[in-house]
Amino acid sequence: MFVQQLINGIILGSTYALIALGYTMVYGIIELINFAHGEIYMFGAFTGMILMTRFNLPFPAALLLAMVTAALMGVTVEYVAYRPLRRSPRLAALISAIGASIFLQNLALLLWGSRPQNFPSPFKIKVYQSSFFSISQLEIIILVISFLLMVGLSFFIKNTRTGKAMRATAQDRDTASLMGININRIITITFAIGSALGAAAGVLVGIYFRTVNPMMGVMPGLKGFVAAVLGGIGSIPGAMLGGLLLGIAEVAGVAYISSQYRDAIAFAILIIVLLFKPSGLVGLPDQEKV
Amino acid sequence: MLRVENLSTGYNSIRVLKQISLTVSEGEIVTLIGSNGVGKTTTLRTISGLLRPTEGSIHFCNKDISHVPPHKIVELGISHVPEGRNIFPRLSVRENLEIGAYTRKDRLEIKKDFKKVMEIFPQLAKRQKQTAGTLSGGEQQMLAIGRALMSRPRLLLLDEPSMGLAPLVVLGIFEIIKEVNRQGTTILLVEQNAQIALRTAHRGYVMETGRIILDDSAEALLQNDQVRKAYLGE
Repeated sequence: MFVQQLINGIILGSTYALIALGYTMVYGIIELINFAHGEIYMFGAFTGMILMTRFNLPFPAALLLAMVTAALMGVTVEYVAYRPLRRSPRLAALISAIGASIFLQNLALLLWGSRPQNFPSPFKIKVYQSSFFSISQLEIIILVISFLLMVGLSFFIKNTRTGKAMRATAQDRDTASLMGININRIITITFAIGSALGAAAGVLVGIYFRTVNPMMGVMPGLKGFVAAVLGGIGSIPGAMLGGLLLGIAEVAGVAYISSQYRDAIAFAILIIVLLFKPSGLVGLPDQEKV
Repeated sequence: MLRVENLSTGYNSIRVLKQISLTVSEGEIVTLIGSNGVGKTTTLRTISGLLRPTEGSIHFCNKDISHVPPHKIVELGISHVPEGRNIFPRLSVRENLEIGAYTRKDRLEIKKDFKKVMEIFPQLAKRQKQTAGTLSGGEQQMLAIGRALMSRPRLLLLDEPSMGLAPLVVLGIFEIIKEVNRQGTTILLVEQNAQIALRTAHRGYVMETGRIILDDSAEALLQNDQVRKAYLGE
């Protein structure tokens, strides 16, 4: 029972982690909570679903194309809703983010209607049993894809020229530009990667629960945000850890307390973190500038 | 090499620079001295593109760079070591230097320059993998200068390299500045420590509240009564 809950928690948590990465990367670079991120996740799920049902694309191709589409969409949102407000007070950009979120929800309602639509399952339902737990082939695929994406991102950030430029920009934007780094380009890349990861989460959740709807991004979007704060907003390993822990906490809460508290758990965690350790689990202390 | 003419800059409606003009010729060390808050840092930040001039012009090698964004200015050959060093604290020493060479693609030459920086600053060589934030103040200043050199600049802008450092460390840093200049890099040096700045530079400008009030050879400025009273504490 316990092992089973842990596995379920990790599966759910790995999708939260993917969403949280988008929040934390954007926050790291421009100190903005991109509240439209949940909608990018939703559009990713819809794009994946449409590509698989109407265009009969195989799952890997649909996943990749959904990620690319979402990346373009995230970049567009940044260009239209945030870039013109770069030098305005932070509150203006935050309000613009909420506006972008509402706009995208309504765009989806207009395009696809409010009724949930079925997501086809690309995999046969095959379940592996052991004496402690059972896990389906689909769940294994979700786990493997999430972890590959996270490992890939970590490698990119750590080792590539652009990844180093992203880290430098996050630490000190002005000085980064003095090094010859084009800050606007880094911001665009950040939005593209974060949105692609969010879309991947959307598609994975879509094939898991077999359904998509225009409001599906709201709750996972908020939970991804909670996960990012729990790990320490701005920290990439933090977002991964926060996502996994949040998933495990949520599943444990449902299993051992009551399923009615499913969503309350995430927000209780948010309040506790903000009260007692606002910098998060692996976040940086506030006073780090010399 | 660098020609600044009637340059004014401001933050919002406050004018910080009021029509300043200065020139730096190839091979020189030119210093800009003055007390806190007179606009020395603003001058450098405007030259490197972080601030937009409200009037006047900046020419570098006969090209107007007054409205070129900072990341393009680096490519033209100007490298700026900002006030307070501003190394990237959570990147390693090596990564800081690699970022310094961000605009370059000639891998072999970058490696050569990396070695050269390590020779100039042997203290950094031992700490390549260390997080830059854990270095001492002097080492951070060395790293900031080394990082700027990695772009192979023709003109190096140095903002208060003596800031917050022990006198002995300051002497070491200024020896290195002279050495860098001897090896062919032109330098524009902003300093509050007028004494050491004028002993290092060939020429100097004295700034007061957004204007340049004096310019002369460094030797002459060291003998100037006004300078001696106001900046050398005599």
